[in-house]
Amino acid sequence: MPEQRAIVQRDPRGALAWLGQGLLYALFALVVGVFSQWPPYRHLPSDQALIKLSFSHHGQRISACRQLGAEELAKLPPNMRAPTQCPRERAPVIVELDIDGTRVVHRVASPSGLSKDGASTVYHRVAVSAGEHRIAVRLKDSAAGSAFDYERVGTVQLAPARILVIDFDAEKGGIVWQ
Amino acid sequence: MLSTGAAAAVFQAAAVGAGGVDADGTGTGRAGGHRSGPQRAWQHVERRLDRVLGAKGNPLRHLGALGFFFFWWLLGSGIYLYAALDTSATAAYESIARLSREPWYVGGWLRSVHRYAADGFVVVMVLHLIREASLGRFRAFRRHAWWTGIALLLFAFTSAIGGFWLNWDQLGQFSAEATAEWLDALPLFAAPLSRNFIAAAAVGDRLFSLFVFVHVGVPLLMVFGLWFHVQRIAHAQVFPPRQLAVATALGLLALSFVVPVASHAPADLSHAPGPLAFDWILLSVHPLVDATSPGFVWALLGGTVLLLAMLPMLPRRNAAAAPAARVDPAHCNGCRRCFVDCPYTAITMVPHPHGQAAGRPARQLAQVDPDLCASCGICVGACPSSTPFRRGAELVTGIDLPQRPIDALRRELDAGLAARRGRRAFVVLGCADASCAPPVGADVIALDLVCAGQLPPSFVDYALRAGAAGVVVSGCREGDCAFRLGQRWTEERLLGIREPRLRAGVPREALRVVWPRPGKLRGVARALDDLRAQCDGSPGRAEVECDA
Repeated sequence: MPEQRAIVQRDPRGALAWLGQGLLYALFALVVGVFSQWPPYRHLPSDQALIKLSFSHHGQRISACRQLGAEELAKLPPNMRAPTQCPRERAPVIVELDIDGTRVVHRVASPSGLSKDGASTVYHRVAVSAGEHRIAVRLKDSAAGSAFDYERVGTVQLAPARILVIDFDAEKGGIVWQ
Repeated sequence: MLSTGAAAAVFQAAAVGAGGVDADGTGTGRAGGHRSGPQRAWQHVERRLDRVLGAKGNPLRHLGALGFFFFWWLLGSGIYLYAALDTSATAAYESIARLSREPWYVGGWLRSVHRYAADGFVVVMVLHLIREASLGRFRAFRRHAWWTGIALLLFAFTSAIGGFWLNWDQLGQFSAEATAEWLDALPLFAAPLSRNFIAAAAVGDRLFSLFVFVHVGVPLLMVFGLWFHVQRIAHAQVFPPRQLAVATALGLLALSFVVPVASHAPADLSHAPGPLAFDWILLSVHPLVDATSPGFVWALLGGTVLLLAMLPMLPRRNAAAAPAARVDPAHCNGCRRCFVDCPYTAITMVPHPHGQAAGRPARQLAQVDPDLCASCGICVGACPSSTPFRRGAELVTGIDLPQRPIDALRRELDAGLAARRGRRAFVVLGCADASCAPPVGADVIALDLVCAGQLPPSFVDYALRAGAAGVVVSGCREGDCAFRLGQRWTEERLLGIREPRLRAGVPREALRVVWPRPGKLRGVARALDDLRAQCDGSPGRAEVECDA
């Protein structure tokens, strides 16, 4: 419509408008193009390696299971007369990690869940220089005593950027690293 | 209807105003005096760009529409990429590599378009937020859009970061691990999410399903979010002006062609990723966490979101809110014009309480939602009952603003013209942001409106018939209207392409329309000078019309 053309004509026309538009969009594309991949980001310095201490493990029950007597069982509803009663709460898991004789991790992982009957979990990442390291890992999952239940000591050779994962797998004998 | 020539003459002065005059105007607009520092700074940049690009080609004036535009590109390219993606942990990387090779002109190019559209989407969203915050557009009837906009920004970043995980390369590996470690800082999960990435065997197809949900499911939520975002905005602009759309599309395609996006080496959870070609626009949160701590970044993010969300509730300098428009059922004929023109969907049509005449179409009545009403008066300008030619001592219209009733406008106009009886008088009808102060001349009767859109076109006719030598209608520049549509509706009404139309018989040579910059009212002064010169140079006309 002619009236609409008259309204539109208020915008600048000609070479300046097109040049300005082009320059502006070139600038916008440049900003997006550059900052979508530059400058490069290096999360870990090139001469370092990573040690990840991570496990999800149920601590032992805080006290032993016990057998119920006949009198105690009789007081229970018939569908709940399990002869063995175990406390739900589990002991917190304590873990320590020494690298080259220095203590770098000491964690007390509480059991999860409102009744504290879930697994204790730990995830901790340590950056170390690449090369040979002596590693000692200790884990305690029982409530009794002060001695650690599991311990593993060894020497590892870590190449730059290598990730060493220290985990706990009871079926594989306890503390494992890969 | 105006002819092309007449329309060009009417809007001649508008070109002067839009051209951006450096020199100070002859008066200072009221809004000019109240503008905050951020508002002045933002509008300064916008208007500089206007000079070169024009309001329609200025991306800063169409950031919301550009956001929609990038989103449409993301949806379109994303659907193609998703169809080609093997959504399993072991085959995703190879499927994207294959997509980039075969055929490169579709797969590789589209993949780059998808990435750059995501970058552009986030950039314009952030700029959109800064603009609206700078202009103070987050209170009252805009709260809803402000809050949904904050949520949309968070959704956009969530989905964008999740997109890097789907291409299970070293960048995706780093981003997934970094995100998991960041989330683990919150006491939300019984087991650390990071354990999902301690060994290759831990990354299974089930985990990949979660990746897909984050990247595909969240955008689906965003579609609803965008709908909510514009739900209370009438005539929402979800597509930028054509020249801007074309330029954006060409820029996107050219960038994707010149700098195609490439994958890194496949993810290897036994090794930390090396130097990464890093998307700082979408992934900056990871280096920030590395440089500080997860807790710090959570606090920063939470604090920022809280502050932004609280902005609409902070006390304002002029605490009194303008009253909402009021409907007078006795004068509302249910024509729906206010319903159509309201910029914030504050008006709904309900059955008229004054009975329905048998055998006639059901009558309707406009109903105003005070919570949504911007008190702009655009509805008053749309109401056919607002014509000043109606008889009666008091001009009562169908819908009116209590703080600036249309009757008061007619009284002031009548009084002004009566005071200048026998002498030449010009009438300036303008919104409070763009009207003129007395220095424009002793022969001027200046009447402020809340918004130019409040002006019923018949007032121009009325003023000329009552003896005015000329009428200047002024309002905010294109894209500057505080109520979005006041400038557009006024222009269309005066051009006769929107109801209520300016009567065809009104002499267009006695009318000027200007859209000056706030505080730079030289355009109004020029329009008045133009009218004066026209009167002085037309003796015959001056005798008959210019000298009342």
